[in-house]
Amino acid sequence: MARPFVLPDLGEGLTEAEIRQVHVREGDVVAEDAPLLEVETDKATVEIPSPMAGRIEKLHVQPGQSVKVGQVLVEFGDAGAPAGKQAADTLDPTRKLASEPKTVIEGGRARQAASEPAGTRAEATPAGARGAGPVPATPSTRRLARELGVDLHAVSGSGPGGRVTDDDVRAAANGGSSRGGAPAAERAPAPAGRPSEPPAVAKPLARVGVEPPPLPKFEQWGPIERQPLSHLRRTIAERMTLSATLIPHVTHFDRADITDLDALIRRNLESAKGRGVTLTLTAFLLKAAALSLVEHPTFNASLDPAAGELIVKRYVHLGVAVAAERGLIVPVMRHIDKKPIIEIARELGELARRVREGKATLDDLRGGTFTITNIGALGGTGAIPIINYPEVAILGVARGREEAVVRGGQIVPRLLLPLSLTFDHRVADGADGARFATAIVQRLEQPDSLLLGL
Amino acid sequence: MGDLVREVDVAVVGGGPGGYSAAFRCAELGLETVVIDLEKRLGGACLFEGCIPSKALLHVAAVLSEAERAKEFGVDFGEPRISLDPLRKWKSERVIGKLARGLAGVAKGKSVEVIGGRATFEDSRSIRVTGDEPQKITFKHAIVATGSSPATLPGLDVTSERLMDSTAALEVPEIPGRLLVIGGGYIGLELGQVYAALGSAVTVVEMLDSLLAGADADLVQHLARRCQKQFAAIKLGTRVTGLRDTGGGIEARLGDGAPETFDRALVAVGRRPNTPGLGLETTRARVSERGFVQVDERGRTADSHVWAVGDVTGEPMLAHRAMRQGKVVAEAIAGRPVAFDNVVVPAVVFTDPEVAWCGLTEAQAAREGRAVNVAKFQWAASGRAATLGRSDGLTKLIADPDTGRVLGVGIVGPGAGELIAEGALAVETALLAEDVALTIHTHPTLSETLMEAAETLLR
Repeated sequence: MARPFVLPDLGEGLTEAEIRQVHVREGDVVAEDAPLLEVETDKATVEIPSPMAGRIEKLHVQPGQSVKVGQVLVEFGDAGAPAGKQAADTLDPTRKLASEPKTVIEGGRARQAASEPAGTRAEATPAGARGAGPVPATPSTRRLARELGVDLHAVSGSGPGGRVTDDDVRAAANGGSSRGGAPAAERAPAPAGRPSEPPAVAKPLARVGVEPPPLPKFEQWGPIERQPLSHLRRTIAERMTLSATLIPHVTHFDRADITDLDALIRRNLESAKGRGVTLTLTAFLLKAAALSLVEHPTFNASLDPAAGELIVKRYVHLGVAVAAERGLIVPVMRHIDKKPIIEIARELGELARRVREGKATLDDLRGGTFTITNIGALGGTGAIPIINYPEVAILGVARGREEAVVRGGQIVPRLLLPLSLTFDHRVADGADGARFATAIVQRLEQPDSLLLGL
Repeated sequence: MGDLVREVDVAVVGGGPGGYSAAFRCAELGLETVVIDLEKRLGGACLFEGCIPSKALLHVAAVLSEAERAKEFGVDFGEPRISLDPLRKWKSERVIGKLARGLAGVAKGKSVEVIGGRATFEDSRSIRVTGDEPQKITFKHAIVATGSSPATLPGLDVTSERLMDSTAALEVPEIPGRLLVIGGGYIGLELGQVYAALGSAVTVVEMLDSLLAGADADLVQHLARRCQKQFAAIKLGTRVTGLRDTGGGIEARLGDGAPETFDRALVAVGRRPNTPGLGLETTRARVSERGFVQVDERGRTADSHVWAVGDVTGEPMLAHRAMRQGKVVAEAIAGRPVAFDNVVVPAVVFTDPEVAWCGLTEAQAAREGRAVNVAKFQWAASGRAATLGRSDGLTKLIADPDTGRVLGVGIVGPGAGELIAEGALAVETALLAEDVALTIHTHPTLSETLMEAAETLLR
């Protein structure tokens, strides 16, 4: 009797993944926990280990194919002895891939640590004596999580003492599934010249709102080339479409005089370096935004249109847009409002390094309440970013320039930093945006307030 | 002659708390379910030779000791006269019989048939029943709930009527003048106190260096102090090195000491799982070296048709754990996404004073090198304890130093077994000590001690 193995719940409320590599062929005999295949989700690449020892009777997937949680990946023949840890007619789709998913992006190639599957324990130990400790949640919440297929270990709790609430579980179940069901993919020829990368496959973007009209036949005007989008590119495209389509964006511009702040940074650059920290403008921007968000919680929120409610977050976790090799990545830094600048700078340096080295974890990439995108390094005089859905606002920062400013009748050179605050007009009005932006500008202009956390 | 073959959805082997809880839930979920029980009855060791009869006898002991204590405030009932026949009759008919009839009624109401006989697995889909109602049962799923039996004393192979296990002792065959209790765990101490209250001179011998190994020392201390008054002797760190029936009594050698003679001895050195003879080797289920059936978090063995619940799956061997496991397994069989993910399995020792704990203990935290905040409230400061004349109690709360979350609760004192329920709720639902402290607790009650302990963590 063949035993099908389905795509396990990957946690994070992810509902589908793209097959990147298949490590086995039909007829292969594999050991338990041997790598079967590698899948890419919205967030990371994950290696799926074999749930049992046995012979691969039939392979149902191929690289590039998109699969949903619960879809059959391979079928095992009866020849292999069941690996004790998991024996069933159908290998359990509700089973979590790992009790505590440890997905690490390693230079674009990630693997999920094959932790102990939910299998036989030697002898039942008294609950409560478990080493790692249970996730704080009420029994009814834990039951809800099982029903929704959410791995509680992958949910950060918003309740008192970090307790995971029903709302946290529902949010985790909904997260990552905002895209509609993408129809089956059509294979496209693999682009040449990138042997290490499995081929990207063209497939339609999930639709939001308006049906796009058909494209003209461009061939009539000259030769064309069709390049399939990578999974990450497609995810970004879909998210941006969602945000731009759903959220009425409005942008407020301002400039902050950061002459004093710049001097302060330069004065302390060396002593910070002595402590292994690179002091950057971004650390101060994060602090200024965080303190202003505490004052203006409307911008530290998400709109729940179905409930007709604004979900105000009583924590300040800031996303920092980073242009990584694979595409745009937004790692998140937590509780910025409560941390001293030097600590923020240190964390920022570490996070940037992790992202550059491709070692950001899922935890690094989620839970943000507001995003800052600093395009200053690349030049330009300003930009209007798109809100990182489902947040309410995003701060765009361009390159600071010395400009001639009139002060007390004198023309003096001052360093001015162009800022743009783009926000959801459903949630806030122009005056609110102006007040919030002013709060940020004032903090940047008076760095003492940042140092004092005022 | 052909076999009588019965086809069912679920066959439950064993009618104890784990077995009947599973069977009832299976039936509620629309599965045709039978229970196969050696004695053709529901209740198991818990009802017939464990929790219930011991608590009935402990109640008798409590009445005796309260009557004795009443002299303190000027009430003298005189010397008690104990008649064993009415006592045994009350225990077996008014207590056990009433509850057994209740369970039988529930089974009937849910159309769960109880088959009498010994069940032996023949393969992953069938069981042979031998005994009064011989038959073959084929099942879609089987639940092993055969429980545990009192362990015998290793190395001392004595058979004697004077040598009792807990089952025999609960029958109260007589009130021995001198009783030796081998084992200072919860069974030995509970029954030791029963017999001491009935008038026996009780000697407790324990191999380890403390009574109730596993419970926090500051909780055990209160119980040990009382035991010292009630018992003739408590010998810790002492092995029974010799044991024989001399015809007139049991002669025991304790450690290096000279032989002592007792009228009876009670062996209470733990329980072992009832797996031998079950035929589990004909299935894919695996049994550990110590005889426990190995199950995953849903209660399933390595055989997809065979599940197990209760004592037979390992420690802690407690009826309430088995009952929860039984419900989980039933729902898992019905295809629901469930698991035995309970954080706490509260433990209660029904001695006087009672000792109860749940979740993380202080000793365990120390063993794991885990930082915790511990709040203690001595009952000497409790108004309710003073009115009861029982200030020999302690309530403590173990909390996470970062979040303030309640990780464990330990209580010693009269009624600790009831009080621990609030602790279990707090730990299971991940409450903060603050939540406990800010909840109004009735005054004057012993439950206030939990609130008081929690308050000390807020300062």
